[in-house]
Order: sequence, then C-alpha cells, then structure tokens
Amino acid sequence: MTDGTGPQAAALELTDLQVVYRVRGIDRPVLRSVSLTIGRGQTYGLVGESGSGKSTTALAVVGYLPSNGRVTSGSIRVAGREVVGLKGSELRRLRAHDLSMVYQNPGQALNPSIRVGDQVAEVFRTGGAPRAEARERAQGALAKVQIADPGSVMGRYPHQLSGGMQQRVVIAMALANDPALLILDEPTTSLDATIEAEVLDLIQLLQSEFQSSVLFISHNLGVIAKMCERVGVLYAGRMVEEGPVQTVLNEPRHPYTVGLLRCIPRGGARKDQGRLDTIPGFMASIDEQLPACVFADRCALAQDICRTDEPPMHQITADHSSRCHFHERARDLPRATPRDLGQPFVVDRKQTPMLRVNDLAKLYNQHGHQINALVGVSTEIWPGETLGLVGESGSGKTTFAQTLLGLVAPSGGTVELDGRALAPRLFQRTQQDIRVLQIVFQNPDSALNRRHTVRRILRRSLKKLAGITGKAAEARLLELTGAVRLAARYLTVRPVQLSGGLKQRVAIARAFAGEPRLVICDEPTSSLDVSVQAAILNLLVELQAERKVAYLFISHDLGVVRYISDRIAVLYLGRLMELGPAQVVFGAPHHPYTEALLSAVPTIDGGGRERIKLSGEIPSAAAPPSGCVFHTRCHRFLGKICEEQEPPLVEVEAGHQMRCHIPIEELRRIQVKPKEVSTSEAR
Amino acid sequence: MSAVAVSVSTPEARKARRETLRQLARSKTFVAGNIIAIFWVFCAVFGYRIAPHDPLAQAFPQLIGMSGSHLFGTDQLGRDVFSRVLTGARDILLIVPAATLLGIVGGTTIGLITGYFRGFVDDAISRVVDAVLALPLIVIAVTVLVALGHSTGTLIVVIGLVFTPIVSRTVRAAVLAERQLDYVSASQLSGERAPYIMFIEILPNVMGPIIVEGTVRLGYAIFAVAGLTFLGFGVQPPSPDWALQIADNYPLLGTGTYWWTVLFPALAIVSLVVAVNLVADGLAKVLER
Repeated sequence: MTDGTGPQAAALELTDLQVVYRVRGIDRPVLRSVSLTIGRGQTYGLVGESGSGKSTTALAVVGYLPSNGRVTSGSIRVAGREVVGLKGSELRRLRAHDLSMVYQNPGQALNPSIRVGDQVAEVFRTGGAPRAEARERAQGALAKVQIADPGSVMGRYPHQLSGGMQQRVVIAMALANDPALLILDEPTTSLDATIEAEVLDLIQLLQSEFQSSVLFISHNLGVIAKMCERVGVLYAGRMVEEGPVQTVLNEPRHPYTVGLLRCIPRGGARKDQGRLDTIPGFMASIDEQLPACVFADRCALAQDICRTDEPPMHQITADHSSRCHFHERARDLPRATPRDLGQPFVVDRKQTPMLRVNDLAKLYNQHGHQINALVGVSTEIWPGETLGLVGESGSGKTTFAQTLLGLVAPSGGTVELDGRALAPRLFQRTQQDIRVLQIVFQNPDSALNRRHTVRRILRRSLKKLAGITGKAAEARLLELTGAVRLAARYLTVRPVQLSGGLKQRVAIARAFAGEPRLVICDEPTSSLDVSVQAAILNLLVELQAERKVAYLFISHDLGVVRYISDRIAVLYLGRLMELGPAQVVFGAPHHPYTEALLSAVPTIDGGGRERIKLSGEIPSAAAPPSGCVFHTRCHRFLGKICEEQEPPLVEVEAGHQMRCHIPIEELRRIQVKPKEVSTSEAR
Repeated sequence: MSAVAVSVSTPEARKARRETLRQLARSKTFVAGNIIAIFWVFCAVFGYRIAPHDPLAQAFPQLIGMSGSHLFGTDQLGRDVFSRVLTGARDILLIVPAATLLGIVGGTTIGLITGYFRGFVDDAISRVVDAVLALPLIVIAVTVLVALGHSTGTLIVVIGLVFTPIVSRTVRAAVLAERQLDYVSASQLSGERAPYIMFIEILPNVMGPIIVEGTVRLGYAIFAVAGLTFLGFGVQPPSPDWALQIADNYPLLGTGTYWWTVLFPALAIVSLVVAVNLVADGLAKVLER
C-alpha cells in the first residue's frame, strides 16, 4: 500500500485482461477481455464450467501462470497497484503482503514433512517476526480458524489432520498476513457436505471480522449463492454475465447462465417429473475458432448477428450486465431436451425383490485394528427402482457397493439374487451372476483402459457379458452406443481423446453390454460439469425407463440423489441409519443425521432450512462411539440412553425405517417441515 | 458435437505416437546416445569388413605405438588394436541384448503376478526376489559359470536370471499402481480371467517403465559381461572382445609405456555404456512423464 494508492482503491481491478496459452507454437486465447472490480470487503464469485478460465484468472492475478501462458494486454490492479509485469522481489513482496490464495486440495498445499506449527509460523517469520513471537502468533491464527486445541495441532504433521482441518490450517496461513485480496479456488470442493458447511461458515465469519476482500472461485452455484455478494459468469474466457448474486441466479439474463441453472436438479425435482434440461454441444476446446459471441454455437437464441457481431456488455440495471444481443429473451430460452420421457417408471413392489441384502457386514483388519466398515446392513432392491445411498466419506458407501459386486468378500451376511444366495467372491460367481450386477465408476479416466479403443472395450464386454462375437457383435455394438447416445465415430478412439461426459457414456455402455438388472452408480457424475451431469442423469433415467434396470445410486450430492432415487438409504459409520421412500426421507420427520446432512447443503434458492451444526467430524470406524454411533455429534442428543444403547433399526412408518431413540411422533413435532422442500444444490 | 468431433479421428492415435517420437527426436541425450550406440551396432555387424587389418592375425611387430598404418598401435601378440576395437563389439552386443530380453520377459511376468495377486503370492515370491537381490551379481554368475562351464548360452541365461528379480521389482511397483485403477475391477466384473487382465489389460499400461528399465539393464549387462570376461568367465579368446583385450594387456600397464593396448578398448566400453545410459535417460523423460 505504498506508492500513493489510497485505502479507497478497489481490492482487485481487472481491465480488459487478455491471457493466452502458447500451444504448439500458436497463441491460444484463454481470457478474452475480462474486466471485473472487487471492492474492499466484498466477496466476488466467479463461476463457469471447466475450461472457462476461472483458475487462469486467479493464476494471472498472483503472477503464477504456467510457463506457456502470459498476459498479452489489459491490467490487473491489486489494491490500486499494477501487478502485470512485476518480477522477482516485487512479485514476491506482492505475494507475501497483498495476496493470499487457497487451493482446492489442502493436502497438496501443505508441506507433508514440516510440522503444522512451523509452517504457519513461517508466514509470520517472512513478515519479520522473531521465532518465539511467530510461533505464538501462529497458535493464535490456528485458534482464529476454530481449530480445537491449537497447541497440540501445532506439533502435528499435515497427514495427521483431516481434510477439513487441513483446509482450516491453509486458511489460517492465507489470512496471516492480512492480505488485501484473498483468492479461494474451489476451497471446499474436496470436502464432505457437513465439513464444507463448517468451512464456509468459518470463511464467512473471518471475512466479516477481517473485512478481507475475496475472489471466490467455484463451479457450485449453491456455494456461490451462500458466500458471495456479486458473481461473474465466465464462458470460454469471456465474462458473459455479471451482477449481484441474487439477481443473477433468480433473474439471469444470459442464455448460458439460464442453461446452467436449468441443468441442476433443484427445488426437489424428481425423475418422474421428466428430464433435466441440458446445454447442447460442448465447451469449445482451446484450439478452436469461436464465433463473435463465444456461446453462439450452443445457444438456442442465436441468430446470424451473434456470429458476426460481438455482443457488447449490456447494462440491464446499474449493477447487472449481460453480454447477449437478446438478453431480454434469455429467460425464454427454449429447452434443449424435452421434458417428457414418454415412458412411466414402473416398480412393482408386490413382486419379490430381485436383490436382498441380509445383515451384510465387513470387518477390515488394519495394523491390528479392527475396522467395521459395514455393520448389519439389510435392504431390498426391486426391479426398476433406484435406491439412493448417501453418507459422508468413511460411512461405508463404497464398501457396500464392492461387497455386492463381490470385489470384496463380506465378513458376515449374504446377498441374495432372486432368493438365491450369491457367492461372496467374484471369481466364485457364475458368468450369469456377474452379468446381472454391474457398476459405473466415479472416475471414467480410471475406469477405462487408456490403451484400448472404445470399440475394443465395448466389443470385449459384449463378448464376455453377452456372449456375442463377430458380425452380430458389431450390430449390437452400434445398438449399444446408440442407446447411450454415443456417435459411432468415437468407436475408433482411445478414451484420452474423449471428454469426461463421453467417457462416462462409454463406461455406461460397458455396464449395459450384458443387459444387467442392477447397475451400481458410484458417484457417476461428481467429476463432471453440471451441464454434462444433467445429460448423464437423463441418460441413466431413460435407460431405466426403457429397460427396467435397477440402480444403486451412490452420491454425496443430495439434489442429484433426490432427483434419481425412489428410495434412500442413509449410512453412518457402516450402519444404516435411515431407509425409506425418497420424499419421506427428504421431507420430515427424518433421522437427526439426515436432518443435519440436508441442512448442510447450500442451496441456490437460499433459505429453506436452518443450518444444523454437527459437532466435530465423523469418528474413526476403528473406535466407533458406544451406544448410538451418532450420539457424539447429534444435535438432538437425549442423554444416557443414546450413549449406552444402540437403537435398533425399526419400521416407524410403512416402508420407512429409522435407527433412533427419539419416537417418530416426537421427531415429527420438533422437525418443522421447511416451507419449500428445497434440497437443490449445484455441483 | 462439432467441437470435439473435429479433433477426433483415427489419425489422432497415430498423431499421439508421432508426438512421442518427436519428443524423443528433440531430446539431445536420446539422439546422441543413439548415434553412438548405432555406430557400435554397425561395427558389430560389419566390423570385420571395414577393419583395415585382420583383428586376429598376429602379423605385425609387437607393441608398436600409434602410427598411420596402426592408428591405435599393436598389442603384445602383434595384432592391430584399431581393427580389434572395431570388431570387438560383436560378442558383447550379442550377449547383452539377449540377456536383457530374458531378464525383462522373466521380470515382467513375475512383476505382473506379484503386483496383480498381491497377498500371499506376492509375499512368497518377493521374499525369494529379496534373497536373490542380496547376492552380488558377479558372485552368482561366477558360481554358476564354474559349475556349468562357460558357453555363450549359459552366460546369457545367468545374466538374464540375475536381472529377472531386479526387473520384477520395477514392474511390480508399476502394476500395483495400475491395479488400483477401476478398469481392472471393471474387467473382473466382465468375468475376465487373471492372465487376460494381467497381459492384455495391465501390461500395455506399464510398458513405459518396462522399456526404461530395459535400457538401464542394457547398460548394466554390458558391465556384467565385460566384468565376467575380464575375470575369464565370459567371452573366450581368441575373440577381439574389448574386455578380453583389457584382460590380456593390462599387466603391461605397469611398465607405463604400452597404454594404447588398454586405453582404446576401455574407451570403447565406456562409450557404449554411456550411450546406452543416454538413451535410457531420454526414454525415461519422455515415457515416464
């Protein structure tokens, strides 16, 4: 804050910022004339899908562009000082005093071989404090970010802390030098919903206390709605809409913003109400020529003028602007995907369930500790239904899926298919049984062999799962790719050349190669952008309506689970806490844990539920709490009975099971139904 | 759709391969190493034709110094050292690649089995591997060669077998990482059997480290063969093998005069080892990202 820049100067001011990446000798624009202003004490949100230039903006501000990237024109002023072109010691001073950045993955932001206390103290040492004082202030900083017992945390190594704790430490370090601008790049994306909620609360609290200015980057519109005052929507490196958060989210004036908002299952949307809307096409890749309006190729409102004349930033109100020739009609954007599925969902619960899980248990032995990953889980799945499985990380969701598939042998209980017990291990099962149960993994990069072409992957699955080879296989292959809306030209390609959404379609096609009856979907959309997520969810729903396949749908995104599921199972520390029809579990009354989970999710529409703070983090499965395993965090804790007796899982209403000492009538009385059933979330 | 479609077609796969080759061509170490290595391979094949004199003929005065007619002088039996250096690559360049190939094939198989099955199989085999690794290569090789008598075949097999556990460790580590990826589970869920998953699904994905390990092993194999030859257990006279030349002539070094008989074969060995290591470095940088 030297060279005559007054405290009145904006914390960050970008003017016509242009950034290019040099790829194979050609400069490719990644930021196209981005302008924005963040006032003192303001929180500014930047949203957009991957490839939109969000992170590039942040990196340009801190002078940390990759070696092939550079600012070609425009200016970046931090607290009134130009930072474009800063080098060496000046740049270091800027980073040390005026800027701080928090990255998505706290585990990578901390040095694994230096104790937490020393790392935090180092920030103060750089500021010139002597050793003892630096340590003292470090401890104070840790206390500020609400780390219980900061004294003992100081002496620990980063790997000994949970993800939420690590992120708090990183935030403490970021705030240590009282920066003029704090940049948060997806700070909670890798955290569980309950932890995310706590970290967001903390950021809000600190922000009001320190009066820091924040650039908040996220793809999650719900988080942006909760945290920010203003929001800018980026598309292909171009700011397409900007304004106050509530205005942009409730009265969007750019077709891209409108499309994004429609992709998200919100306001309790369910699959039987029809498909989600999508944004047609793909985000252009970096080496493509874009039309005058960067969104024109994917826009249903586009006219000739959009391809020839670049739209100016239209001022809609004093503080709301949109870069669209037809911003007045943006909200009437025609749907890209028809709502009507054309087929009803039929689940006949009078039939016997196709899959029955009895008292399934899994005990891991790890370094002499016994870890109960699953404890007595029982449920049924009927043909054509979706059972949603929710819970925090470490609750046993993935173990449950692996046990059903036979990838992991259960230590107790059985899985029955049509009333006949399945062999516990995959290699003991018949090809018929293997075919019936399939999975779509979370990460399509890992799920597809990168050395094999799409055709080879799918042909092999058809051969093994459906027993089809030769000419017949080629016909079936085309039928299969048609069913997952994958163009035949992608067959000759290796996975690396496909986008995330296309890869996931290949993975879905593989799972469906042998006409499975139950497909386990393990967070199939969590690595995808929202517009791609909508398309994949639509595809899963269409396949279900057509083929009467059942899904076990695992997700931490409650909006998505609610959209696709008929029934919901809530897991906590390997135990089933609640099981019931989706509307019942998401409505009230529900288990206190479910209640807390639901309240943790930031919603776009805002409000709806009061935040319930869960104390602490999920306990270790190696030493689960006595009695009801949830009692250590429960906000409706009754007393001794919860500590001493594990409540049984009982049917409290028809088809609704719950594991809680509080009687259902009591829960119904104390859990007020929110006015609007909103579990909308943007992920 | 158009966005991705434009950049997607079969030539893309070939383009990726061409890109790897281009990166290799741009690597100075890789190119320099290759030039030297190819020179020696050329000499191994055509050495007898391009050599100015018969490398085996004891046709000249003994131990004459460097001159126009004998670039590198002559040795104590009156043979032309320059001709012997040019032709001396043949035996070593037969034995080394064969032994390395054997070690790579064996090591890859064991590495795939231990990395894929883990658990008991891994523990049992890995202990044996550890035990073999604890013994010095030369000691094992000398013991076996003394017991079985030396022939080129035995030499190849011994070095190959000693390399097997070393290679298997590298491959096992790569397979363990690969094993974590979901495509392996996905193959199991298609009902694939273990050999298919190991050799068709996993193997192509661990080829990078295997190729790099192979080139590194080539370098060590040259050392091993040269060392054994020097000790009298490797290539046998009258071959003009470099290590054999050193072994024959090094007693003369004490006199301080006849250094050319040892220096030039030694430089030849060094240049080949350095070349192979340069190639290995270049490959490692490109293939192991």
